[in-house]
Amino acid sequence: MVGWLFVISLVLALVAVYRPFGDYMYRAINPKRNLRGEQLIYRLVGVDPKAQQTWGVYARSVLAFSAVSILFLYLFLRVQNKLWLALGVPQMNTHVSWNTAVSFVTNTNWQAYAGESALGHLVQMAGLAVQNFVSAGVGIAVAVALIRGFAGRKTETLGNFWVDLTRITLRVLLPICVAATLIFMIAGMVQNLSGGTDVTTLTGATQHITGGPVASQEAIKELGTNGGGFYNVNSAHPFENPTTWTNWLQIFLIFLIPFSLPRVFGRMVGQNRQGYAIVAVMAVLAIASIALTVGFEVHGGGTVPQAVGSAMEGKETRFGIPDSATFAAATTLTSTGAVNSFHDSYTPFGGMMPIVNMMLGEVAPGGVGSGLYGLLILATITVFVAGLMVGRTPEYLGKKIGAREMKLASLYFLVTPALVLIGAAAAFATGNNSTALNTGPHGLSEVLYAFTSAANNNGSAFGGITVNTPWWDTALGLAMLLGRFLPLVLVLALAGSLARQKPTPESEGTLPTHQPLFVGMVVGVTVVLVALTFLPALALGPIAEGLS
Amino acid sequence: MTLLAEKPNPTTTSTPSVVRGGMLDPHQLWKSLPDAVRKLDPRTLWRNPVMFIVEVGAVFTTVLSITDPSTLAWTITVWLWLTVVFANLAEAVAEGRGKAQAAALRAVKQDTMAQILDGGLVPAAQLKQGDLVVVVAGEIIPGDGDVVEGIASVDESAITGESASVIRESGGDRSAVTGGTKVLSDRIVVKITQKPGESFVDRMIALVEGANRQKTPNEIALNILLAALTIIFLLSVVTLQPLAIFSKAWQAAAPDTQAINGHGVTGIVLVSLIVCLIPTTIGALLSAIGIAGMDRLVQRNVLAMSGRAVEAAGDVNTLLLDKTGTITLGNRQAAEFVPVNGVSDRELADAAQLSSLADETPEGRSIVVLAKNEFGLREREPGLMADATFVPFTAQTRMSGVDIGDRQIRKGAAAAVLKWARSDSDEVAEIVDGISASGGTPLVVAENDRVLGVIHLKDVVKEGMRARFDEMRKMGIRTVMITGDNPRTAKAIADEAGVDDFLAEATPEDKLAYIRKEQEGGRLVAMTGDGTNDAPALAQADVGVAMNTGTSAAKEAGNMVDLDSDPTKLIEIVEIGKQLLITRGALTTFSITNDIAKYFAIIPAMFAGVYPGLDTLNVMRLHSPGSAILSAVIFNALVIVALIPLALRGVRYRPSSASALLRRNLWIYGLGGVIAPFLGIKLIDLLVQFIPGI
Repeated sequence: MVGWLFVISLVLALVAVYRPFGDYMYRAINPKRNLRGEQLIYRLVGVDPKAQQTWGVYARSVLAFSAVSILFLYLFLRVQNKLWLALGVPQMNTHVSWNTAVSFVTNTNWQAYAGESALGHLVQMAGLAVQNFVSAGVGIAVAVALIRGFAGRKTETLGNFWVDLTRITLRVLLPICVAATLIFMIAGMVQNLSGGTDVTTLTGATQHITGGPVASQEAIKELGTNGGGFYNVNSAHPFENPTTWTNWLQIFLIFLIPFSLPRVFGRMVGQNRQGYAIVAVMAVLAIASIALTVGFEVHGGGTVPQAVGSAMEGKETRFGIPDSATFAAATTLTSTGAVNSFHDSYTPFGGMMPIVNMMLGEVAPGGVGSGLYGLLILATITVFVAGLMVGRTPEYLGKKIGAREMKLASLYFLVTPALVLIGAAAAFATGNNSTALNTGPHGLSEVLYAFTSAANNNGSAFGGITVNTPWWDTALGLAMLLGRFLPLVLVLALAGSLARQKPTPESEGTLPTHQPLFVGMVVGVTVVLVALTFLPALALGPIAEGLS
Repeated sequence: MTLLAEKPNPTTTSTPSVVRGGMLDPHQLWKSLPDAVRKLDPRTLWRNPVMFIVEVGAVFTTVLSITDPSTLAWTITVWLWLTVVFANLAEAVAEGRGKAQAAALRAVKQDTMAQILDGGLVPAAQLKQGDLVVVVAGEIIPGDGDVVEGIASVDESAITGESASVIRESGGDRSAVTGGTKVLSDRIVVKITQKPGESFVDRMIALVEGANRQKTPNEIALNILLAALTIIFLLSVVTLQPLAIFSKAWQAAAPDTQAINGHGVTGIVLVSLIVCLIPTTIGALLSAIGIAGMDRLVQRNVLAMSGRAVEAAGDVNTLLLDKTGTITLGNRQAAEFVPVNGVSDRELADAAQLSSLADETPEGRSIVVLAKNEFGLREREPGLMADATFVPFTAQTRMSGVDIGDRQIRKGAAAAVLKWARSDSDEVAEIVDGISASGGTPLVVAENDRVLGVIHLKDVVKEGMRARFDEMRKMGIRTVMITGDNPRTAKAIADEAGVDDFLAEATPEDKLAYIRKEQEGGRLVAMTGDGTNDAPALAQADVGVAMNTGTSAAKEAGNMVDLDSDPTKLIEIVEIGKQLLITRGALTTFSITNDIAKYFAIIPAMFAGVYPGLDTLNVMRLHSPGSAILSAVIFNALVIVALIPLALRGVRYRPSSASALLRRNLWIYGLGGVIAPFLGIKLIDLLVQFIPGI
């Protein structure tokens, strides 16, 4: 009962903020004038805020910015032991540094290290947290560029990446994070630069109580759908997620931007109902997924859960099953990857749900920006098939979906499944699956989960695999890198080709893309395409385990 | 028509009709079999990536069946080959119809000799553009061109199937002649306009044969989607193998099955899974759908110069329709005599009849008919009236009439006749305005300097047009009437016919400007035309249908030619374009949703040996792993054959809104695609389980 209240209150809160917050983001991205701080930044980096970029220049800006970010973060991690606030942690080795740098720049936040023992405070704040902001900003900027492609009218340009990134970071991400940090501190999260305190416990043992700028990291970790925890156990740690209502707030922050971006889409294309349709697709998928995950966990099979009445293994007692399962669904429906419980310990079908959520391409509602552009690609593919069935060259928002658009959308759709399937198969073919703790279907799920998480830039782990080996660090690093930037370039190319078109006016013969029928069809296409792609692999993992 | 399949009854073209297609003769399947086998050549098959993968798979299983023979392996191999053959069969049948038509057309292209003006005889094939040739009665016109001298009646049945001969004369809009047609009377000089080997008949042959058929933009886009799906499923199956080996090794105690052993899933089963998952149904039928779409046009005597034009027809937002002949019956007809100045209506009718006796225009004839019907005025033969001098209509005088002794009777445009009669009557002006406002054409009749009255000529809107335009509106298509009438007249007729807009006093430049304006707004425009001055607009329109009676310039400019020269056919062309796209979409949806059932057949069959729990997914309770996989493969092949008629005929199309169409097609082909294979696979399994060794 309390579990349902938790979910329903979340839904109501997100419904309540959809319009005001979506409108706020719309104005932040399309402001009347620049803030003084923004002007200063433009002058510092030498950007003309009025200059417009073609899709190629926009893409090159994104790639250049990200490449420099990866290089900077890599070097930062390699020399962190020589810098301030290092707390005596050792130098990070090459392959973990590479993996971590890629992971944070791609908004994945896969962690092949344990935060409290491997990182000092400086690199946490000036390295990782900075990427938490800007990698989120990059995702939103690319989504905005795609929207401009739909909204554009015979134009070559998609806006200016540097301006978009600055506005999103300064006007959207920063203010909310400041507020959230303060609230988290009130809830009891630590926020200091202490290296920790050794205390003597009641039983007389000595315990190390960690410190650090946790509350501030936590805010952007959730808001930017990053998910990289300050501590190894992430949001299961009492300093990262002290109580039920902080758990609620974290999930709310995770969903806040991805669920409100369709409003920006609707506003920018001049038809709010198109935004409602997209958010409806996201909501249907998300609610179904949360209900299934909670259902599988509450009524889950297995000997121990049956005996004790619920599947409590790997979950925090202060959250309980529904709140943990909801968090698990939320973190994988988006590209967050934070965890407050251990997915490895879930019931077979309960544990399959996070995998399936990610396999959907993280579109319900997905990562900040990436969820929207992922879903718009799926909507485009749906429009193509549905549009044919109404007897016209398919068009979405007046833009014709021709060969070029279809090529880009299909390639986008190919990238992540290819990375997941090839990666998982390679792990088994090369024997690297042997670092998994488990064998049999559960071991298979662990490997499948790892690649699904990396390629979809989620970052959560099923756990159960020793992943800080050179093979895993390199393979997952590549999966993250390609899984982020190939789709991103394809999205921008699609945006460019859409912007160039002259929109066809709407008529009775136009496929309506705002009605329940179309919403249902996008849901169907998303589920069916994913089911068809991954069902064989899932059959040997969670399904085999669940049906045994 | 005799050559190009059956000719639609011309009287039905103007009434609302649903797009129909030719039926499939089962005999054709058999006849096309050799062609289908010939198409197995990988050099031609690779153009169809989906079926190429199936063929590669079939080769692979053939090798496996030879090295490690079993009943299951051989049966599956045979059915994989059949899958490719069935796909080729669909294309071959579609092409076969065109081939028969092409053969008939080739008969037209006899080796005629051409008599060069002021020169000798040359073979027709050697004629160049600009050559002047003489053709006399009984001879075949050697090439396409324009009549530059003379007038002749020409038998064009070889091209149009229309047995009545037509008049071709120099100058004007009836000067075009087509090579291969026969001059029946008189002598004409023709200036050749075609390049050697590019005559109208040559192009027709190439079109119906599909010789240089190119993939249309939408077909390319769909092919990309199908290729992407194929790659995904290839990946999903190929990457399954290491996972299968791992699973089998973990469950080492589980006995080997027909599907899986220590080396993983057997090659035969892997290939079967790929073939069942990739979109073979639509992949097999895609090109047949395109060819059949063109064929449906040919059956309606419309030649599309490219498949692109057919697709564009489905996208059209705006239809420009000429008023005369399309919306209204050919010509205006006299409907009423309105006398003025106390003249009796009988007197007016008598004068009107006299002035129209020599007027051979349909309007003139209708006045005589009206006078006879209303007042019993017998038609007088012009020749019998000794002292009558007939004054013909000229563009300068804008009136015509007759002088009988000192009676001078004139009828014509109000302003012209009033000026001639030096009369300025308010009463007449009022009547003239009233008739104009109602959409009619007023003809004023005057005798000497006395105005007798006004003849009300009326446009008669064709029956059923309003309903047709309502349908168009439902489909989201705006209809625009093009007319030379003044705006008031145009508006009245537009209202009566129910078109959305009209373009009055339209010059060719106005038409072109209107098309440009529509296109500027992102709309696609379709129009018909026949005159040389229509050519720029025909070329500018996205779908330009030239009438076969029109000039060569018009035919050259348009991207379709209607051999029946029926402007109403534009509406049917739009419907055929839409039907073509809908058929593609419906079969794509069907093809993809089919996969769900196939998974429920194949996955438990593959892995239940390793994980017995997976047998729960065997919801169809199929007999054995072997029978399950074989049944899925057989269903996959048979569904292609079952859908060939649908691909050739096109899915049923009724004009309605996009939402209604989507809902209907989604139910039939989406839900049908989910359910049909469950039933089909189960039925096939009930049969194949009796094959020993399965």
